[in-house]
Amino acid sequence: MTTTNSQDSSPASTGAAATVSPTPAAEVAAYALRLADDALILAQRMGEWIAAAPQLEEDVALANIGLDLLGQARSLLTYAGAVAGRGRDEDALAYLRDEREFTNLALCEIGNGDFAVTMARMLVFSAYQCELYARLAASTDETLAAIAAKAVKEVDYHRDHATQWVLRLGDGTEESHRRMQAGLETIWPYVEETFESDELFTSIAERGVGVDPAELRGPVLSYLDRVLRQATLNRPETSKNHTGGRRGIHTEAMGYLLAEMQHLARSHPGASW
Amino acid sequence: MSKPAAARKDWPLWEVFVRARRGLSHGHVGSLHAPDAQMALRNARDLYTRRQEGVSIWVVEAASITASSPDEKDSFFDPAGDKIYRHPTFYTIPDGVEHL
Repeated sequence: MTTTNSQDSSPASTGAAATVSPTPAAEVAAYALRLADDALILAQRMGEWIAAAPQLEEDVALANIGLDLLGQARSLLTYAGAVAGRGRDEDALAYLRDEREFTNLALCEIGNGDFAVTMARMLVFSAYQCELYARLAASTDETLAAIAAKAVKEVDYHRDHATQWVLRLGDGTEESHRRMQAGLETIWPYVEETFESDELFTSIAERGVGVDPAELRGPVLSYLDRVLRQATLNRPETSKNHTGGRRGIHTEAMGYLLAEMQHLARSHPGASW
Repeated sequence: MSKPAAARKDWPLWEVFVRARRGLSHGHVGSLHAPDAQMALRNARDLYTRRQEGVSIWVVEAASITASSPDEKDSFFDPAGDKIYRHPTFYTIPDGVEHL
């Protein structure tokens, strides 16, 4: 395991933008950007529930969770921008990149659906984030470790919130059970992508900087299975699995999401209040 | 979302008590709706401890609370009005005693 701190401040190496094999700093930036994009895009989706949740109390809960994710995204985007050394801050990365430059999972971008779909997604994604951040807190990269150590408490609460609802809806009335199961069916084609590894993930994991999501598959599915069993729900069987988010290939929903998220910042460049 | 009024009626009202820090009592901070006690506790966390107001939360179903009636105010509370000997005002506080 090597430390990355010495490499963070090497603008010379990142100056050559089109290097074939990415420098360690470029890898850290790309890795942080993936985690940031997941959090940012899902934060945007959670924001859509504000003033639209079934209950005022749930409205506040979903907004809180969205704001937690936004906070994680801001820290990660800022760090990714600083490490990349190309002068892009959190706003530039959030508002001025186009769809193909976003490297989030499709799981985070697909529409909210009904409350059951939203809870199914939150259950899967927060279970993944819990396992991820728990490991990332031991990263050799001090900044990533600090961000993860703070975030792990937040996502633990998100996971609890989703778990509570999945249990109640799954093991509730006939109608709530049917809709909760349908919610799982809707999001399940996007679950496997969460655990997909590639060169960047393996390289970053070898260096002790980040986590290879492939190693999270076991613990995450085991948690999900426990919840689903208790909620009298079935883990869906799915033949087609979505892929490509990490390479900037997104679903149709992504363009609409970005249009709404970015239009104000792009219409009024540099505006502030 | 289609039937908010009906759904709301299904959810009982809960009273929320928060202890600000160790050593203090739980104080009533407000109320909320939730389908059951566990969810009430979680909603209370989101609604009433957003700014680190507490270290402990109690929730009690509002229907379980027996409250004094405003009609009984006279017989309940007024008789204590002229019993000044119930206040510790006849003691002299020694010098240097704090927190009394």
